[in-house]
Amino acid sequence: MMDLSVKLFFVFLQIGAFSIGGGYAVIGLIQEQVVRKYGWLTEQTFTDIVTISQMTPGPLAVNASTFAGFRTDGLTGAAAATAGCVAGGILFSLLLYRFFQKNRGSYYMSELLRGLKAASCGLILSAAGTILLLTFFGSSQPEAVSRADADLRSIFLFLAALLLPKIIMPLFPGTKGKKPGPIALLLLTGAAGFFLYS
Amino acid sequence: MREKKGRLCLWLFGIHMFISAFTFGGGYVVVPMVRKYFVLRRKLFGEEELMEMAAVSQSVPGAIAVNLAAVTGYRTAGILGALTSAAASVLPPFLIMTVIARSYEAFIANQAMAAVLKGMQAGAAVLIAETAADMCRMAGKERSLLFDLMIPGIFAACFIGKWNAALVLALCAGLCMVRAWLRRERPEETAGEVAAEAARAEKAGTEEGEKQ
Repeated sequence: MMDLSVKLFFVFLQIGAFSIGGGYAVIGLIQEQVVRKYGWLTEQTFTDIVTISQMTPGPLAVNASTFAGFRTDGLTGAAAATAGCVAGGILFSLLLYRFFQKNRGSYYMSELLRGLKAASCGLILSAAGTILLLTFFGSSQPEAVSRADADLRSIFLFLAALLLPKIIMPLFPGTKGKKPGPIALLLLTGAAGFFLYS
Repeated sequence: MREKKGRLCLWLFGIHMFISAFTFGGGYVVVPMVRKYFVLRRKLFGEEELMEMAAVSQSVPGAIAVNLAAVTGYRTAGILGALTSAAASVLPPFLIMTVIARSYEAFIANQAMAAVLKGMQAGAAVLIAETAADMCRMAGKERSLLFDLMIPGIFAACFIGKWNAALVLALCAGLCMVRAWLRRERPEETAGEVAAEAARAEKAGTEEGEKQ
């Protein structure tokens, strides 16, 4: 039992340390190790995890490592796999952040950080595009979507959630200039989804 | 002071669990949530610093959401804050997935659950769309042609070209270094030259995109 958990930890440490870019870049890496090399999960179960990951909170890598760890070696396996998966990323990001903080005064570093901030903006735009596609068409590939796949209910829900606060909130003087918090928004859209989709 | 730090860590633990539990899809969707609670509500750091942290957590391996939690925790309360925040952001998906792994056949078949989650997905889309719009408005204030071209360029490369985000960031870092070097050599550089430089860079970027 213990050996298996240790093995899980190191396999997922490796997966975590090589998955640069996050999100969908990780899928192939996990699939190769967990499905093809070690046979801990079947191809079908793995596809289901990807689907479940889109519907539940949390990063895909964490979800997949917890799931695979649990199915392989129970709770210890889940803990070992998840810890391995995130350890490298946490270490590297703290080191890089400290490096940036220490050299903030230098001319090149401040120019670099200004550039990275703008680049980060482009990445958020791209993430927003992917999420919108996934929500409206059920696919994250821009070239794979067609008009027939459009989910009108989710487009309606999106527009309602985007525009309604701007129309309704000004009617109440006490809430002037405020927006509903993210959690309130998610709970409301979740409730609306329950009635729209079932 | 010590007591204050303890309270701060407790707050970090709570807020990161909260953010993680309500953030679907992981990755950059976390940025609007962090912005709301760390930047707008508690003013622990500025909008600029958040973008810096987002760039850092994207440039290293691992799950972006967890990396970002660790960095925000570190900025707020040192190494203890970093560990608390990272643990807090892993905990909700860990617990949820353990439950699902136990009874996943039943979960897949549950219609009501799927309907609620589908609705929440639309809500998450609103959040990230608003953040993207705000961030671009902010970046527009920089008044730099290279940056103005870089944002749509990166969008095209990542969204349509499906380039690896870390590769794109490395490329941009290189471009910024070149720009910084050119500016230092010739401080009275004309706007025309900057434009030509940016256009060349953009062209090089698209050529590489076609090769892939």
